[in-house]
Amino acid sequence: MSRRTGRVAAITITAVPLLFVAVLFGWPLVAILGRGLAPDGRLDLGPVGDVFTDPSLRGVVWFTVWQAALSTAITLVLGIPGAFVLARMRFPGRDLVRAVVTVPFVLPTVLVGSAFLALGLARSLGAILLAHLFFNYAVVVRVVGELWSHLDPREEDAARVLGAGRWRTFRTVTWPGILPGVLAAGAITFLFCFTSFGVILVLGGPTRSTLETEIYRQTTRFLDLPLAAALSVVQLVAVAALLVVVGRLQRRASTPRGLGAARDLARPPRTATARTFAAVNLAVMAALVGAPLTVLVVRSLTPAGGVGLANYRALGQLRAGSILAVAPLDAVWNSVWIATIATVIAVTVGGCAAWAAARTRSRLVEGILALPLGVSAVTVGFGMLIALDRPPLALRGTVWLVPLAQALVALPFVVMLTAPVLRAIDPRVRDAAAVLGAPPGRVWRTVDVAIAGRALLGAGAFAFAISLGEFGATSFLVRPDTPTLPIVVYRLLSQPGSAAFGAATAAGVVLMALVVVAMVAGDRLRFGRVGAF
Amino acid sequence: MPRSSFRPVATAVVALAVAVLAVSAATPSVGAATRPADRTVTLLTHDSFAVSDDVLAAFTAKTGITVEVLRAGDAGQALNQAILTKDRPVADAIYGVDRAFLGRAVGDDLLTRYRPAALTTVPAAYTAGTRGLLTPIDVADVCINVDEAWFAEHHRRAPTTLAALTRPANRDLLVVEDPSTSSPGLAFLLTTVAAFGDQGWQRYWKDLRANGVKVVDGWEQAYYEEFSGGGQGGERPLVVSYASSPAAAVVYADPPIDSSPIGTMTRTCFRDVEYAGVLRNAEHPREAERLVDFMLSEPFQADLPLQMFVYPVREGTPLPEVFTENADVPTDPYSLPAGEIERNRDDWIREWTGIVLR
Amino acid sequence: MLTVTSLSVRLGDTEALRGVDLTVADGEVVCVLGPSGSGKSTLLRAVAGLEPIAAGTVAWNGADLAGVPTHRRDFGLMFQDHALLPHRDVLANVAYGPRAHGASRKAAEARARDLLAVVGLAGLERRAVRDLSGGEQQRVALARSLAPEPRLLMLDEPLGALDRALRDRLVRELRALFDRRERAVVLVTHDHEEAFALGDRVVVLHDGRVHQDAEPATVWGAPATAFVAGFLGHNVTTAFGPLLAVPPDGLVLDPAGPVAGRVAGRTFRRDHFRIRVTLADATALEVTVPADRVPEPGAEVHLALRPGAGIGLPEA
Repeated sequence: MSRRTGRVAAITITAVPLLFVAVLFGWPLVAILGRGLAPDGRLDLGPVGDVFTDPSLRGVVWFTVWQAALSTAITLVLGIPGAFVLARMRFPGRDLVRAVVTVPFVLPTVLVGSAFLALGLARSLGAILLAHLFFNYAVVVRVVGELWSHLDPREEDAARVLGAGRWRTFRTVTWPGILPGVLAAGAITFLFCFTSFGVILVLGGPTRSTLETEIYRQTTRFLDLPLAAALSVVQLVAVAALLVVVGRLQRRASTPRGLGAARDLARPPRTATARTFAAVNLAVMAALVGAPLTVLVVRSLTPAGGVGLANYRALGQLRAGSILAVAPLDAVWNSVWIATIATVIAVTVGGCAAWAAARTRSRLVEGILALPLGVSAVTVGFGMLIALDRPPLALRGTVWLVPLAQALVALPFVVMLTAPVLRAIDPRVRDAAAVLGAPPGRVWRTVDVAIAGRALLGAGAFAFAISLGEFGATSFLVRPDTPTLPIVVYRLLSQPGSAAFGAATAAGVVLMALVVVAMVAGDRLRFGRVGAF
Repeated sequence: MPRSSFRPVATAVVALAVAVLAVSAATPSVGAATRPADRTVTLLTHDSFAVSDDVLAAFTAKTGITVEVLRAGDAGQALNQAILTKDRPVADAIYGVDRAFLGRAVGDDLLTRYRPAALTTVPAAYTAGTRGLLTPIDVADVCINVDEAWFAEHHRRAPTTLAALTRPANRDLLVVEDPSTSSPGLAFLLTTVAAFGDQGWQRYWKDLRANGVKVVDGWEQAYYEEFSGGGQGGERPLVVSYASSPAAAVVYADPPIDSSPIGTMTRTCFRDVEYAGVLRNAEHPREAERLVDFMLSEPFQADLPLQMFVYPVREGTPLPEVFTENADVPTDPYSLPAGEIERNRDDWIREWTGIVLR
Repeated sequence: MLTVTSLSVRLGDTEALRGVDLTVADGEVVCVLGPSGSGKSTLLRAVAGLEPIAAGTVAWNGADLAGVPTHRRDFGLMFQDHALLPHRDVLANVAYGPRAHGASRKAAEARARDLLAVVGLAGLERRAVRDLSGGEQQRVALARSLAPEPRLLMLDEPLGALDRALRDRLVRELRALFDRRERAVVLVTHDHEEAFALGDRVVVLHDGRVHQDAEPATVWGAPATAFVAGFLGHNVTTAFGPLLAVPPDGLVLDPAGPVAGRVAGRTFRRDHFRIRVTLADATALEVTVPADRVPEPGAEVHLALRPGAGIGLPEA
């Protein structure tokens, strides 16, 4: 009896996230791709071939791949030492640095693009690479740092005792230990750079086009749905293949590790070399992450002709005609409540997904949930507009679509943060609870939820931050009367005049502050610091 | 019979999911208000749409209709969204279709015929090609703007013709927008097609490229960042912008100035018209018609110049002083038939991309 | 009374248990003895309802438990590696069972304190379990499995990782604990000394089959199979004719002995030595010799059987 009920419950819990992704992502994607590739009901894959035969499209594919590879390589090279410093060295303000370094990851690209331009950076390949580094540095620092902070230093000690030099120790002990994290971080970074849109659009200039920006151009400018669909298919297949390959590599590289980290392994840097190493890396972080963020803060505090809070006061008053529909300050409130709903959805659905994912060693569930990250927001956005327009899925234009779409974006991160914690729970602890007389519901509550609950709360904080900063999907689906902060920033940035620019920077700083608060709170909440996005 | 307390947990999760879907399905969508007393109309438009609060409020007070403004990117994006969702449109009316996309808008079963009474106040030329489906609302001339101060400072004479732009004297002075991502960029491409003909414009762009024309993605970037008159350290004194830009420069000047430092090459202009129309499957077609009426009414027309820096189509609409003092209206702008644009636009853009960017 | 009949359990492709029979009466302590991989832990998990059964029955007082989920069996199981709840302190771990059975927090904690006192951990109630030593964790796990007063208590290697002194003390304490209670106890171990010290009955398990089910003295004195004899440390040999089990002290060095061999190694064992003698057919015998008469390694020796020391075994 109970075994069957348990199976029903398991199937239900697995079905919730899959259904969620199918309805909000799968169906809209099929709808829009169908318009492009099967306009009269017959599938015609001819346009997919064009992507590889047309020289200019081939150039787009090639540029997409190599700029992503180059961005990933640079990010890993600079990020891995940074990960070591933040994971294994203790110094005052480390938690704050860790939070601030993560801020770029959830900032809207439009804001960052203008911060980079405000720094005097010209649109160029260099600017693209730098921006990708800025956005994804946190991914490497967090994911690799996560493993590093769990790597038992005694393993390295053992290698040293056995006569291995520093480099040999790193190569034979440390590197295999962090390799799954490096692969994961590399994959996530490559995925983001491969599907990069805002950065390329703002910083790339007219001659540089990726698959993502080309899909945007073909859809919004030429309304060439067959070609846009073909490009989307190529992108989706590439992303899916990437996820599969990386999943394989990761499984091969990963050694099971316990919940561990009862102790904080971080030590203050003691030798001069260690201190120099820490200082150099902190300097890199300051230049890379600190500088653009500081520029925004400084700009926001220096309205035309002086220093003051005029830009912030303007947030409460400025309406700029009907451009914004509401005062920017109301957008803060919109952002907060929309992100709250999105977080509740992401944590509920993501919790189910993490639970389902943790039951197997296969990464299939995670892979499926990560797919939306690999598809152009334009494609999914238009897909949602044409697919979710009739009952029972008449979500279009309701207040629910934006938080649902944001939850879809945050979902893979919730799972990535939670599933490892659930995987690390010794199944015998659940058995022990059952033997002690706890029914499955109580076991779930007192073991799974109790242990993963904090991870889930931390993931919730991260989901909240992602929702706050989400721009691509939101810009498509937002209701005119409830713009969020990134939308307001974007609208203000496209207004002429320094007053609007000042207000945009102020709104951007408010957004950043909210994100920092959410990230710091999330870091505090996480239990045993297992799991990373 | 032993029972598991897992079931309530699973049930709760399912119930939550169902509740979310049910509530969301029950929530009225934008432009889909079901109560007749709730008179709203949704306007699909581009990001640059703007209107004074009091003008809009007066419309609502007079008609009892609330206007929701749905901004969907640039003009092309907004139109394409309307086309993709034409079976169940997201809005009731659309505003911002321009000359470049007029053909696409009227050719796709997208709009329903409507002729506002006030159309008699609009010069007939502006209704060409609309097939009664779209109503002209405003006019904007896309021209090359000149930073007069820069030329004065460098003791040089500003060019006045398209042909002059390819001369060595004017090397590296012009910045234009990519026609595949920018409306004024596309308008300027149409200018060159109209000026040099179907066979001649390619040669002209080759020469422009050889003479150091700079291409950027959008108008903001071109005007504010690259144009020396944009105030953010740009270095090029010639930019593809609007005939109204000199007036805008005065309006936004901080500290205030009396006369505009920006001039217009009035012989480089393409006359663009922006149209509004009622979507075929609109849920509130009557309200949408009132909205189009309103956009042709005197208050809205008079509000246009300072809100969107475009000219009213309604004859006799008073212009703000800053326009009459600073902005030149080109007397003989270029133009192309809507059908010809529609047939060739995408090919022209691809050809242009090959000539100028690759 | 627990009755296990013809129990078979498959773990993936391997048959972990093949037709195991086992009974445990109330008040009886049964030790399941066997090497690692013999299926001991699987047996406990199957009885607890944690492993699906391929064939056979598990019954309590005659009632089949198929369909009764783990949490309703009212059995206690102490896991080999404790399986403590990592996020709860010592007291909450021990109070978990009573709470799950519906006791109030106060009553559950009072009971937990009592049991912690019994296992000698009074004062550690609020410690995090991961800060405890292995022995302390083991005793928390023991207290926790006792707390809900299960009608059957199962212990999986309860003295596993402890040092000898603690082991000896806990064996005495456990024995006292078992003697005081009218409860059925199944204890799994790989150590026959422990099994003999604690069990009223010993069940020897090998490759998922019961090889012997008898009182400790019987198991030692009359191992039922060659495997049992070998596992207990007896020599299993045909050197003296039929297949015999011979304990090392059942052999003596005797120049006139019928079996010749060469000393291959020797080990000091407090009051005696244990030598290893390799025979001509390459088999080896373990022999106990007094400390003052130890031959050098490599020496040629002859062995004789003490009268009555050979135990006949069934031919395999």
